[in-house]
Amino acid sequence: MSGIFCGIGVCFGCLDTVDGEPNQRTCLVPARTETTSVAGHHDVAVVGAGPAGLAAAATAIRAGLDVVLLDSSPGPGGQYWRHRAGEPGPRAFRRLWSTVEDAYRPDTPVWFVEPGFRLHTPRGTVTADRLVLATGAYDRTLPFPGWDRPGVFTAGGAQAQLKGAGVRVGTRVVVAGAGPFLLPVAAGLAKAGARVVGVYEAGNPLGYLTRAGIAARKAPEAAWYAVRLARHRVPYHPGHAIVAAHGDPVSTVEAMRLDGTGRTKTVDCDALAVGWGFTPQLELPLALGCQTRLDTDGSLVVTVDATGQTSVPGVYAAGEVTGIGGAALAVAEGHLVGAALANQPPPRTLLSRRATLRRFATVMHTVHAPPGGWPEWLTGDTVVCRCERVPYSRIVDAVEELGATDGRTVKLFARPGMGWCQGRVCGFATAVLAARLSGRDVTAADVGAFAHRPLAQPVTLGQLAGGR
Amino acid sequence: MTTGAPDVVVVGAGIIGAACAYYAARAGLRVQVLDRGPVAGGTSSAGEGNLLVSDKPPGPELTLMLHSLRLWHELAGELGPERIEFEPKGGLVVAESADGLAGLTALAGEHRDAGVTATAVAADELSGYEPELAPGLAGGMHYPEDLQVQPMLATANLLRAARAAGAVVRTGVAVTDIVRSGDGGRVAGVRTAEGEVPTAAVVNAAGTWGGDVAALAGVPLPIAPRRGFILVTQPLPPNTIRHKVYAAEYTANVASDEVGLESSAVIESTRSGTVLIGASRERVGFDRTVALPVLRRLAAQAVAMFPFLARVAAIRSYTGFRPYCPDHLPVIGADPRVPGLYHACGHEGAGIGLAPATGALVAAALTGTPPSVDPAPFRPERFA
Repeated sequence: MSGIFCGIGVCFGCLDTVDGEPNQRTCLVPARTETTSVAGHHDVAVVGAGPAGLAAAATAIRAGLDVVLLDSSPGPGGQYWRHRAGEPGPRAFRRLWSTVEDAYRPDTPVWFVEPGFRLHTPRGTVTADRLVLATGAYDRTLPFPGWDRPGVFTAGGAQAQLKGAGVRVGTRVVVAGAGPFLLPVAAGLAKAGARVVGVYEAGNPLGYLTRAGIAARKAPEAAWYAVRLARHRVPYHPGHAIVAAHGDPVSTVEAMRLDGTGRTKTVDCDALAVGWGFTPQLELPLALGCQTRLDTDGSLVVTVDATGQTSVPGVYAAGEVTGIGGAALAVAEGHLVGAALANQPPPRTLLSRRATLRRFATVMHTVHAPPGGWPEWLTGDTVVCRCERVPYSRIVDAVEELGATDGRTVKLFARPGMGWCQGRVCGFATAVLAARLSGRDVTAADVGAFAHRPLAQPVTLGQLAGGR
Repeated sequence: MTTGAPDVVVVGAGIIGAACAYYAARAGLRVQVLDRGPVAGGTSSAGEGNLLVSDKPPGPELTLMLHSLRLWHELAGELGPERIEFEPKGGLVVAESADGLAGLTALAGEHRDAGVTATAVAADELSGYEPELAPGLAGGMHYPEDLQVQPMLATANLLRAARAAGAVVRTGVAVTDIVRSGDGGRVAGVRTAEGEVPTAAVVNAAGTWGGDVAALAGVPLPIAPRRGFILVTQPLPPNTIRHKVYAAEYTANVASDEVGLESSAVIESTRSGTVLIGASRERVGFDRTVALPVLRRLAAQAVAMFPFLARVAAIRSYTGFRPYCPDHLPVIGADPRVPGLYHACGHEGAGIGLAPATGALVAAALTGTPPSVDPAPFRPERFA
């Protein structure tokens, strides 16, 4: 195992035995785990207690529905509103929390969902007439030489360690990848006393200016972070990518100008936090047969109507699973789903807010798209799948020698995505590589091959065997 | 791509199509393989890669399997045993009860008469074979000839060898019709979304979908899907489970005509360290819904056999559809109803094991050379 990488229970890099229980994700393990039963029936089960799930639950509860809110984490807030146990959390979170507190069930990951609906968790089986899937997203990663070394973290992992445990991932940190999320990560690290050596953003945020009308709403937030970063003297490098990491643990990284010259410079650091947008967590909607599509950022997302209804009757989705767009959009979608559950007409202000934020998200996807040439950073021995240690050369071999023509077949021949994390980390990149090596654009089927996980979480055979 | 019309079009790029293409190309025929999906996209990527003699009662299937095993050993040398994860690990069949052991012992006696090696393992010797087995089993039988390959890699490497022998493999090309000369005459070609391919011979290697391909030529084949689920564990240290280990009841399940759910533990480790847990059988059409009760039953049977698995995590499950024939025998050879049409399908759960012998039989039929095994029991018109 490579150690903590994602920081939020996705990559399984930190497995260890805790209190005699094998295979525990140490990045997640709280001091005390809730084990009391959650079994029972409710009108509505909301899965995920981030901004979308909290908003959906709050609206449904205010309308008088009987709601249970299941969360895989030990505390509420999801990734965006993550806070340390005992602290009150951000104000927007608190406004919803007081309403949903009684419905909240921590430490309740759903490992299997059956139609009807039956949600199987380590704390028992919850049944519900209707479901809200608000399972959020985790960092999207791209492989590059050295990304499997200690000292390399996902941007979200660095953020989670900071917000959830007060741990800085390093003292001299490079923040890299693409997307507005890099700014709060860098600002948070700087505020916590780390020296942020630089933010290397692959996109060119000037792209927002060409869509000024849409970007205007977000400008104050960006300006706020710009001031923060300036105050901590954090250099910001648009149009750059980190293409290699050296040292064990990491001591230098290579930053490349994405202007076609291929020029690189070496940057000293003791940690790298890197993220390329986000990947929605789709296990449950896919298991239920919800229709999906490829979004403008290349992610597989759940298809929903304006109120959050999926293609499966009784199943709603809100937040990042319907398309990566940030917390404000997730909250709006959550409230819309809550209104739909209560048979209320969708509030027009929410509909228009959702539409505006969705348009902004599309611009964001374009401005912060991963550079198309990222596969050229790989060498033959660059690990693509961290769990199964699959090097890039074996992916190439699967296509060129063994005749694979799609994501699923590359997985079957070369084993990327077959290990503990089941493709959560390498799935997007491998899908893109499979399509590219086959001489075509990536499709929903390529990405979907790494997203279908009937067992939504690992489950011991004893637990599986013992159930009814 | 080779120029000119192929001598034979093989429909299906699974293990059976790959073996047919390999042996036909090696016999000097110009071969084109067509598949609507990718390589090994159907049942070939939904199993464990079992090459078992132990689960086959004496009869035509066992005879075919014994021949196939000899061919697999040759192929392993040719393709590279590492490349296909060829593991001659042997099988261990265990019986829970005295009755089960009596049945197992009787079958082993018949096996020995048929030339299969079977060694009785007393209850107190079982742990020498499999240290983690549950205590209290009645006894078992060791079948050293049973072995395992990684079925997707076996398919891909067979096709690679076929290509090296001149075969052309086209994936993502669906065969939409089989063209016949005159009115219901012999095969003249196949129609695809990318145009017609003229040929005098078509091999139906479409597995569970073999009935659909036969229908394109206007003949029925009674092949139905028999669904199975497999659980995959976390990676474990090598050799935690050393053999293919399965319960004596498995053989009865395989031979059964039951429509409803049947399952018995079939457990083996793979080169990557994961342990595969099968095997369930049910005839429910092409329903891909993952059935939790079936997964629970597989888990319970596995834990009963290997108690340490209770604390081991399952990280994945997969689903597939075995090509089931009513008499549990594959359909192999020329179809007298349509001159130029050959079948190689309907192997149920034994396709990986039976592939080389099937491919060799088809190649012999195509070239008019004498077959190594009597093909009569597998003749396509036997259901009529």
